[in-house]
Amino acid sequence: MTQVNNRQKLVIIGNGMAPGRMLEHLLEMDSNAFDITIFNSEPRVNYNRLMLSPVLSGEKSYEEIITHDDAWYAEHGICLHKGEKITRIDRETKQVISESGRIAAYDKLVIATGSSPFILPIEGADLNGVVTYRDLDDVETMLTAAQSGGHAVIIGGGLLGLEAAAGLKQQGMEVTVLHLMPTLMERQLDEAAGYLLAQAFERLGVNVLTKASTKRIIAENGCVNALELEDGRVLETTMVIMAVGIRPSAALAKDAGCEVNRGIIVNDAMQTSVADIYALGECAEHNGMCYGLVAPLYDMAKELAKTLLGEAGNYQGSVTATKLKVTGIDLYSAGDFAQGSDREEIVLRDASAGVYKRLVLKDNRIIGAVLYGETSDGPWFFDMLKKQTDISEMRETVIFGQAYQGGAQVDPMSAVAALADDAEICGCNGISKQTICSAIKDKGLTSLDEVRAHTKASASCGSCTGLVEQLLAYQLGDSYNPQAVTPVCPCTDLGHDEVRRLIIAKGLRTIPQVMQELEWKSSCGCAKCRPALNYYLVCAWPGDYADDYQSRFINERVHANIQKDGTYSVVPRMWGGMTSSNQLRAIADVVDKFNIPSVKVTGGQRIDMLGIAKDDLPAVWEDLGKAGFVSGHAYAKGLRTVKTCVGTDWCRFGTQNSTGFGIRLEKFMWGSWTPAKLKLAVSGCPRNCAEATCKDIGVICVDSGYEIHFGGAAGLEIRGTEVLCTVPSEDEALEYIVALTQMYREQARYLERIYKWAHRIGFDEIRDRLMNDATARKAYFERFVQSQKVAQVDPWEERVSGHDAHEFTPLATISSEAAE
Amino acid sequence: MNAQSKNWLEIGRLEDIPVRGARKVKLGSVTIAVFRSANDKVFALEDSCPHNAGPLSEGIVHDDCVTCPLHNWVISLSSGEAQGADQGAVSRYPVEVVDGVIRLCTSPLASYAGEADG
Repeated sequence: MTQVNNRQKLVIIGNGMAPGRMLEHLLEMDSNAFDITIFNSEPRVNYNRLMLSPVLSGEKSYEEIITHDDAWYAEHGICLHKGEKITRIDRETKQVISESGRIAAYDKLVIATGSSPFILPIEGADLNGVVTYRDLDDVETMLTAAQSGGHAVIIGGGLLGLEAAAGLKQQGMEVTVLHLMPTLMERQLDEAAGYLLAQAFERLGVNVLTKASTKRIIAENGCVNALELEDGRVLETTMVIMAVGIRPSAALAKDAGCEVNRGIIVNDAMQTSVADIYALGECAEHNGMCYGLVAPLYDMAKELAKTLLGEAGNYQGSVTATKLKVTGIDLYSAGDFAQGSDREEIVLRDASAGVYKRLVLKDNRIIGAVLYGETSDGPWFFDMLKKQTDISEMRETVIFGQAYQGGAQVDPMSAVAALADDAEICGCNGISKQTICSAIKDKGLTSLDEVRAHTKASASCGSCTGLVEQLLAYQLGDSYNPQAVTPVCPCTDLGHDEVRRLIIAKGLRTIPQVMQELEWKSSCGCAKCRPALNYYLVCAWPGDYADDYQSRFINERVHANIQKDGTYSVVPRMWGGMTSSNQLRAIADVVDKFNIPSVKVTGGQRIDMLGIAKDDLPAVWEDLGKAGFVSGHAYAKGLRTVKTCVGTDWCRFGTQNSTGFGIRLEKFMWGSWTPAKLKLAVSGCPRNCAEATCKDIGVICVDSGYEIHFGGAAGLEIRGTEVLCTVPSEDEALEYIVALTQMYREQARYLERIYKWAHRIGFDEIRDRLMNDATARKAYFERFVQSQKVAQVDPWEERVSGHDAHEFTPLATISSEAAE
Repeated sequence: MNAQSKNWLEIGRLEDIPVRGARKVKLGSVTIAVFRSANDKVFALEDSCPHNAGPLSEGIVHDDCVTCPLHNWVISLSSGEAQGADQGAVSRYPVEVVDGVIRLCTSPLASYAGEADG
């Protein structure tokens, strides 16, 4: 195109979040205005620096935090020089020159060099093993160091230092935080709240030393070996992280003749004192303020994009709010906390609930807010802070939050309706109510995912998801179908799928953590959500998650089926439905010994002993165990039975060894927990004597191989199965069945049988995933194998050897005389 | 020994009961379920759901309630009453924890006011 030659050259130095966002605005307004070249001293594309802490703690990977990948730059015709540092700007010839000698001419230049961490000028600060916490290289250095364990000392108990501490602790290091002041985050929190925070960190296993001034870092062979405090204490450590603050990187701009104070001075249009040079982000200073949080950088980005396109931007400074991104610790702070005679405070404490709220007021207006333990009102306070709302009318109750301001706002719908158009909904991305509402209206959005895709609201940390959903409901009225998401139970508004997604996304690892992070409405859940959460965690973190027995239904807690009179039934496993005289004799002996009233053959080809007193269970299992029986899991939301016919062993019609394959499947899959019970069958020929076509998963053996079926039901509903595929070998059949089971384990909602799940997401979708994507299929298979490594423990044997003994004996037995 | 102290018996220690769990105490022919809630409060109810006599001690304990394992009735541990739309109540026994030791009074409390009959 001839146009290309006329385009202005825009050069950007730095490729952090601020210029990334600026480019998005710029391209959206006019994708054709500039030839764009970016120099990035980091050898990477643009990523979300806010998410470094989750990367450090292992909850996210680098790939997950990329904002713009290589394809994005290519698509927009942007030339990105990765790993090239600009060393000089020549304002006369309007060129920038890189370390490697590359020269680029500009019509307009944006400096976005960010900031660099402040390094304490102490002995040993330059040693190997002293790191800062700034970019992905730092995170990688820390992660590598964490692999060999050891002790890390973090200097600085501010947001960044504390996030680093939590992350490294989660990576298995011993961690100590040193803080110069008597309490943590003293700028935001008073003594008591700082103490609560320190306590919370101690509970995470992080040592917190306050009033700790570092004297020097001691070396051994050129590496960090220990750290000495001014008071003489010496801490042994292999890594020291400096998180004491940042300073704007302004040297390059200064050399080019830009006016520089702490940062590069810019006006409201983000222009520096030199023509055609602009600055943006942490390196910029506007009205005497330098910013280190993301929201102001985004504000600047928007204004600069306008300026570059000839419509003078008008940046007016930002008030900032921040959240501590440490799983399980809720801290929100916004605004200004300096003491002053013209300032008043409102403080609310609830020590036993670990809640602390503090508002700093000036002239009946909120100028600062700190919330600890319960942060849901943060955005509301922040909105009033930004708008300088006069709160004298609600002064008595303001600290209790939005829900207490008049009856109407208790209804979340009217609360969201009452929000001003410019109220910020998504703090991470600076998205206002108006932006979301217009997107819903103009683009015809109907779901949370669509809103995320179009506006980015709730796409970063996700804490505003609830508000966004309310906006959807508010905008769409009846046409928004909240029924589409049925909450797990009355303890939450979230549906099963959302809960499962968030467990993985946020790396939630215990039931209390899920309830805390996902804002459960009850203190410890109910009989509906707790077993569901327990399963989701078992499935998400095999081997890692400690099963919460108190959240399991009684049957799964005592590994037998409770009956109407409070006795239990016991079903030993008979692999593939095969048994022997020895097994039958052992069962007969147990029945006699314990006076078991009923013995019954089940539909799944097993033997059920009914009417056993709970106290007798361990003794019954012990005798069964001696005969080689393990639990039949007849009580489990897990693999129950694999029913078989006699196949080629005996049957004159059998085409394959259906009994052998059934036993193999059962031995491979027993012990696995699934969303609902899972019943399998293998028939040796299409006569289908094992009734495989009404099972969750069934196999019909044919001459050419194995026809795999799934999604049958023969209980509350009756449904024939559908065919997944036909494979020639037993090994392949095993792989497909196991992969299907794992897909079901990972996707289905608790108590949802395979047939319901398959109808919900589509049989074709499942076939497509398992048949046409060998990598995905093998990955499912591998994940199942992985989780089986810890699942195949016979629960009966465990209990015979004393596990959970309290379940099977009364706490006390008191004769009636003693009770008189 | 006065009459009152005779009625109170030590039945075990707090840590003998799992958090959000229960243990049974057999008192002659009666079974009493002794519960320990998430915040270590202890309650004692007759181990028999007012619906179909299900063993409440085997239920899932949440907040100050237990869900009966047989048909999911939810019973308040403090009042013994069925929650929600269900009606009925179960006998409560006074229980206390002193220095980690659980003491149970062997005579049930008077019926809860407003107990539903049938």
